[in-house]
Amino acid sequence: MSHDYSIDPNNLPEDPSRVTAEGKMKHLGLWMFLGGETVLFASLFGTYIALKDSTAGGPTTQDLYGLELVFLMTLLLLTSSLTSVYAIYHMKNNNFKQMQLWFGITGLLGLGFLACEIYEFAHYITDYGFTFRSSAFGSAFYTLVGFHGGHVIFGLSWLIVLMVRNAKRGLDTYNAAKYNTFALYWHFIDVVWVFIFTVVYLMGMVS
Amino acid sequence: MSTATQKRSFSAALWDYLTTVDHKKVGILYMAFGAFFFILGGLEALIIRIQLVKPENDFISAGFYNEMITMHGTTMIFFAAMPILIGLMNYIMPLQIGARDVAFPFLNGLGVWLFIMGGLLMNVSWFTGGAPDAGWTNYAPLSLQSPGHGINYYVMGLQLSGAGTLMSGINFIVTIVLMRGPGMTYMRMPLFSWTTLVASILILFAFPAFTIALFLMQFDRMFGSAFFDIALGGNSIIWQHLFWIFGHPEVYILILPAFGIFSEIFPTFSKKRLFGYTAMVFATFLIAFLGFMVWAHHMFTVGLGPVANAIFAIGTMAIAVPTGIKIFNWLLTMWGGSVAITTPMLYALGFIPSFTIGGMTGVMLGATVADFQYHDTYFVIAHFHYVIVGGVVFGILAAMHYWWPLMFNRVLNDKLGKLEFWLFFIGFHLTFFIQHFLGLMGMPRRYWVFLENQGLDLGNAISTVGAFFMAAGVIVFLYNVVYSYVKGEAAPQDPWDGRTLEWTVPTPVPFYNFKQLPLTRGLDPLWIEKMEGDGKMKPAEPLADIHMPNNSILPFLISSGFTLASFGFIYQLDGPVGRILIYIGMAFAIGCMIIRSLKDDHGYNVTKEELEKEGA
Repeated sequence: MSHDYSIDPNNLPEDPSRVTAEGKMKHLGLWMFLGGETVLFASLFGTYIALKDSTAGGPTTQDLYGLELVFLMTLLLLTSSLTSVYAIYHMKNNNFKQMQLWFGITGLLGLGFLACEIYEFAHYITDYGFTFRSSAFGSAFYTLVGFHGGHVIFGLSWLIVLMVRNAKRGLDTYNAAKYNTFALYWHFIDVVWVFIFTVVYLMGMVS
Repeated sequence: MSTATQKRSFSAALWDYLTTVDHKKVGILYMAFGAFFFILGGLEALIIRIQLVKPENDFISAGFYNEMITMHGTTMIFFAAMPILIGLMNYIMPLQIGARDVAFPFLNGLGVWLFIMGGLLMNVSWFTGGAPDAGWTNYAPLSLQSPGHGINYYVMGLQLSGAGTLMSGINFIVTIVLMRGPGMTYMRMPLFSWTTLVASILILFAFPAFTIALFLMQFDRMFGSAFFDIALGGNSIIWQHLFWIFGHPEVYILILPAFGIFSEIFPTFSKKRLFGYTAMVFATFLIAFLGFMVWAHHMFTVGLGPVANAIFAIGTMAIAVPTGIKIFNWLLTMWGGSVAITTPMLYALGFIPSFTIGGMTGVMLGATVADFQYHDTYFVIAHFHYVIVGGVVFGILAAMHYWWPLMFNRVLNDKLGKLEFWLFFIGFHLTFFIQHFLGLMGMPRRYWVFLENQGLDLGNAISTVGAFFMAAGVIVFLYNVVYSYVKGEAAPQDPWDGRTLEWTVPTPVPFYNFKQLPLTRGLDPLWIEKMEGDGKMKPAEPLADIHMPNNSILPFLISSGFTLASFGFIYQLDGPVGRILIYIGMAFAIGCMIIRSLKDDHGYNVTKEELEKEGA
């Protein structure tokens, strides 16, 4: 009885991810974790802002950044946040196939973002000689953007493990909580990117 | 828990502790290793004091002295004081709020093993060519210039244990928000649970800044980045900012739980409810809030400018207000009560004047202009030992005496306890009071020798004598532990005539804590039942199956993987072995995390029949 996590299709819960006590705890726990992550990224942003003009004779922000690629990356990541909302919508309707589909699209968009980022870094390194070690600005740039990219990689791995693990099992209140925490985490990564877009790229273009 | 479980073999007990997810056993692990590191840090302190007993002493070399002061500070803060407090929170808080466990038992196990391995990792450095030696604050660029691997050990050791601490913080917050027992509203929570919540919030928002500081240091030392490298445009002040953005809230992470402990002890031994409960809760939050706003008072001499210095000075002095509220509330709790002078109460009484002195010198240090005179002298050393020893260590020792019957089923001997208190109390003031004056006379901190006939000889000698008194106090405590274990009788369930829920569970505490969750009817729920009922808590639920989490070895394995990778990071510049270790360690840890994710872990049920069999 107590290990029954199945969802009754005739009597759908409002939010299957928060039916169980564990689900509620995971939800709040992840919110708290994101609170800590905010400070983590705030520290990185502070470091970046302090060092962004310390180019040590190397390329400056205006030499490097191009808005076309960054715009594409923003588009990809923002859309992936939207598709994860669709996935959660289908989760609440107990439509597992549609949920997997939209989470799959989310993952692909995230992968696209990551590919762009890898291209961007490779471009800076080969065409400008702008590396992690070339100046304090370089260290700060690659650390801030790289930490975000690392979070994307972690999120994608998490999503793949979740989707593969539950592909044959279908949705229940046990794994709904897991999908839900992933979606929250993914939104957070998106929000951080909005700040990176503004503080790093837009401010880097004008100053 | 039948008698069969008490006679199990050593290896079974070891396996039990390696795999445990029970908040009480995790708490004991925290406290046991915390005590080990406390003794280690204490020995380092004694070596420091022996070196300074007379002018131009050559007991240890200058380099070794630097390692001693660094390891003493780091060990005491990160591996002794904080883990012992987290251990107490782990053990006591769920019992106080009427919960059967913490919200994330698995995470709890992971946290404790990360702390243990981080602490051990850092101390391995003694045997591999030198410990960290740039002071516990590890300022850049000094820490970048330090040769050898000492600082690398500092970075990786603290990174590991810091991750564990962050997990505990999240865990405690969710536990308190979602798992309070029936009737346990926020404003009925005992103060120790309140301070656990607030300290956890501080951990959550303070530690990530330190995580980043450590990452930047790691990148600069191991991967050739230039955050603190002036030649490539870096800025070493960034380290100071990040360190103190974390470091100042850290002192409140330490002192707030100690405040909570004293807020339990004063009402219990005064037979009165805590005076100004609401104000106490409010003051706790105010201290936490202001605690984030004052980090730059550690950096007055950096040259941030008069405006910044003035703002941070005012913020610093403002903290004295909520702290003062607390001091007066404790005094008024005793006023008119029937005060029993037991060992925990003695510590509480000793704490008030000691901590108030530390608070007062804190306000002095907060006066920016005067701080230029005090900065980096023994005045600062005296100040923070008055708050940390006079506040936190007194709190920890008081808590040990107070909750020992609950945790270890023995009442510690009160006569020995009082001897311990007086040795420790006198030793503490002997050691540190004189250091105020040494500092005012200009003795700088962190120097391994001082010159003759500068008025510093006698003061330093007195200080060293005091340190040995403190050591004697700790030895009496250890003797008391053994004595009570061998000679003492099993403790009664409620030895102090307590007021809160942790005294309603039988000792030894069953692994599910409460057979039936108790109904809380107000502040000090047990006391209410004693005054208005029959002295027993009323169950809030019928006897039913209890859901418990499964034990797991994965926390230990994940921590081991990360520790292995940490060794790899420390030595990765020295050749391929280090880099291979990084890959092996990380792969192992991440592999274990994936196993954890793939394997469903629903826990198990203790059935109603089993519960009935264990008697009333």
